[in-house]
Amino acid sequence: MHPAVILRILGMLLMVYSSTMLIPAMVALLYNDGGEKQFLSAFIITLVSGLLCWLPVQNQKQELRVRDGFVIVVLFWTVLGCFGAIPLMLGEHPGMSPTDAVFESISGLTTTGATVVANIDALPKSVLFYRQQLQWFGGMGIIVLAVAILPMLGVGGMQLYRAEAPGPIKDNKLTPRITETAKALWYIYVSLTIACGLAYWLCGMSAFDAIAHSFSTVAIGGFSTHNASIGYYDSAALEMITVVFMLLAGVNFGLHFLAWRRRRLDTYLTDPELRFYITVLLLISALVFIGLLITSEFSQFWVSLRHALFQTVSIATTTGYGIADFSTWHPMLATALLMGSFIGACAGSTGGGIKAIRVFLMFKQGLREMRRLIHPNAVMVIKLSNKAVPDRVIEAVWGFFGIYLISFCVLFLSMLATGLDFVTGFSAVAACMNNLGPGLGEVALHYGNISDTAKWILCFAMLLGRLEIFTLLVLFTPMFWRH
Amino acid sequence: MKIIILGAGQVGGTLAANLASEHNDITVVDTDSERLHELQDRYDIRTITGKASFPYVLRQAGADDADMLIAVTNSDEVNMVACQVAYSLHRTPTKIARVRSASYLSKASGLFGNEAFPIDVIISPEQVVTNHITRLIEHPGALQVLDFAEGKLQLVAVKAYFNGPLVGRELRYLRQHMPSVDTRVAAIFRRDRPIIPEGTTVIEADDEVFFIAAKNHIRAVMSELRGLEHNYKKIIIAGGGNIGERLCDALEGRYQVKIIERSIERCTFLAEKLNKTIVIRGNASDQDLLLEESVEDTDIFIAVTNDDEANIMSSMLAKRLGARKVMTLINNPAYVDLVQGGDIDIAISPQQATIGSLLTHVRRGDVASVHSLRRGAAEAIEAIAHGDEKSSKVVGKAIGDIDLPEGTTIGAIIRNDQVLIAHDDIVVESDDHVVLFLVDKRRIQDVERLFQVGITFF
Repeated sequence: MHPAVILRILGMLLMVYSSTMLIPAMVALLYNDGGEKQFLSAFIITLVSGLLCWLPVQNQKQELRVRDGFVIVVLFWTVLGCFGAIPLMLGEHPGMSPTDAVFESISGLTTTGATVVANIDALPKSVLFYRQQLQWFGGMGIIVLAVAILPMLGVGGMQLYRAEAPGPIKDNKLTPRITETAKALWYIYVSLTIACGLAYWLCGMSAFDAIAHSFSTVAIGGFSTHNASIGYYDSAALEMITVVFMLLAGVNFGLHFLAWRRRRLDTYLTDPELRFYITVLLLISALVFIGLLITSEFSQFWVSLRHALFQTVSIATTTGYGIADFSTWHPMLATALLMGSFIGACAGSTGGGIKAIRVFLMFKQGLREMRRLIHPNAVMVIKLSNKAVPDRVIEAVWGFFGIYLISFCVLFLSMLATGLDFVTGFSAVAACMNNLGPGLGEVALHYGNISDTAKWILCFAMLLGRLEIFTLLVLFTPMFWRH
Repeated sequence: MKIIILGAGQVGGTLAANLASEHNDITVVDTDSERLHELQDRYDIRTITGKASFPYVLRQAGADDADMLIAVTNSDEVNMVACQVAYSLHRTPTKIARVRSASYLSKASGLFGNEAFPIDVIISPEQVVTNHITRLIEHPGALQVLDFAEGKLQLVAVKAYFNGPLVGRELRYLRQHMPSVDTRVAAIFRRDRPIIPEGTTVIEADDEVFFIAAKNHIRAVMSELRGLEHNYKKIIIAGGGNIGERLCDALEGRYQVKIIERSIERCTFLAEKLNKTIVIRGNASDQDLLLEESVEDTDIFIAVTNDDEANIMSSMLAKRLGARKVMTLINNPAYVDLVQGGDIDIAISPQQATIGSLLTHVRRGDVASVHSLRRGAAEAIEAIAHGDEKSSKVVGKAIGDIDLPEGTTIGAIIRNDQVLIAHDDIVVESDDHVVLFLVDKRRIQDVERLFQVGITFF
């Protein structure tokens, strides 16, 4: 452990991060909504804190170990979550309590999209923009985290994506150096954002809304600038564009990179995880669609289809946009959607949940156990696109799943302990741990009405889900600190 | 012909034995002097001890005036380098090498050719044996299936069985019975003695009948000679070596394949490599294991380990336990006669399968393919007729008028990718591929002479 080096990196991080607060300040000036003061103060506070961290240890330059990686990654999200809350606490609008502000900020940075704001439309433009921007920068961090850092740390079977492991995408070694990889991924991320924003704008969103929504779409965040989310525009074309970009953002960015470098679209078709992910989405949409038809939620056939498709993709990729309040649908449909968010998007994307690849591997492992009963002496290996997956990875995935379930249960129980009802507690934990956003019951629209304790627990849930459980929990093991 | 054979293993040894008996000058090179000694005691050949790829060893072996180099050592790399050395230093005209590794062989590599590795012909015995077995599986009931003209024409050996409609009748009856199917019976072996078939020949049960027909007619002809068998579905392969692996790879798409292999490492490798095959770890002669994998419902059990005895024992056990048919890979020629026709339905001799592909290049005249039959005693040849009526002994003549050596029949002609089953009135044209069947290999030189073009051609 090298506390000095970690402090230095953290200081640098804060200083860089402080500059992002200048952008909403400029937005405030542009729209003249009076928010520039709070963003400038937040900028100064963050910058000074960063400097204070950095100055005393600026010359500490030691080689970092893998174990330092866990600390840095966890600190990255917690510390930025706290500092990101500052502009939301200062000033009249929104003037949140510290709890609310931290909840909103962490929800943004983890690209969850759960909000405590009851009336979003009433917020000043600068604050609206800041919330979207939080998600966008959060997504940027997540991409690097998910594609480069988690495989390196080998969290929950993600060593599958490590370059030297015989994983499904063998030449997934994007570039030899992590900084180069990060750059390449950010180019893709930024290009997707630009494409998404342009498409929104062309389909009739205002320029401000188009930029704002492109930020939260590509980050699979789910924050919107309107109470009614995407439903505000009531445009089928816009909804389908959102679906497409949510799908794209839910794909492994390593795969995007590979497809772009090879200049071949069939790279996507042959990826086993993507195929599984699309299959699951199609199955859930079909289920929801049939359910909507049977319960006659919508009078028209096409409207049902539109809602089924949009809501499935939005919830199952863990984005969390809405065009209608799905929590009022038949409980089975609402729960099915929520279950879909457990599977989540592909690994290496901005989406949350358990990740399609892990669910796919567990499914295959289940099948293998059944086949073993028939052929007790058979030697069977689990394969992804005809390459064997080491049993070590399968073990790690099961370990991940086990801890995920246990964490879910513990968090769920503690939510019930804070006095929430069953549906609210269950859906709130699911929505936060899977980095989804909207839940059912009391938290269907916003999280403003639940107790502060519950909000803090949910903050922890969001971080837990975003950092893939192990990264965060490993810090709580005595063994980690003993060396 | 002066031929250098590198490697005195199973393939090299058999090759030396076969070629030496045909008046070729054979030099065998190997590092194992004892093995060479053994060969020299038995056959009239020269042997050199040394590493086959070293230039001085090759020079010693007479690479300077050799007509052909056949590199069949155990190592792909030695074989490839030896061909390179022979080409660079001695300009040896024909270089044949065994290359097994798929990585070298992938078409994309473009590794072989005079500007890269100068190898004229690449042989892969495992692949040849695999193809051999695959063809047998595709034609249930056949003892041997040989391809001509890229598989359009096939020569099939089948044992006549009393329930075949043709058994006990004259061959002529075949034509009346199936007017739409064109076929020609090339030879019949009755109690191991050849009979040159004529229209009046009567087929008896237990005759081994060789017939030639287009691929799509094979099944119909076979049903005349023995009750038609169902297509195979369930296959168990014992032994996960190179042949076992290739077999699974070739068969797993169309059949339900299980493979039994002893070594856990090899099992893991196979499981990773193969997609649909069920890889079972265990001993193929373990009765409980075979019962557990329901050997009684298996259509065909194929033993392809590298141990003859183990192959024979596990095959016999599988047959006893109820496998419909068993095939066994047997290296030792002495065993082949011993077991075939008993409990073991088909004995496969890897040497016989391989040697044909080499003989193609040893034969004089323009020969497209050669298949060695009945453990080398008989041969099927696809020869190309050249020249015109004056220079050639075959071109411009009707098949009935060609002066064929004794014990030789013309089975079919392939003309511009078209298959013509031989009838006495068909006239041979230049560039026709003529498929001949020789019941006695000693006549081979006469056949070669028949297809050589006279001096007036130029």
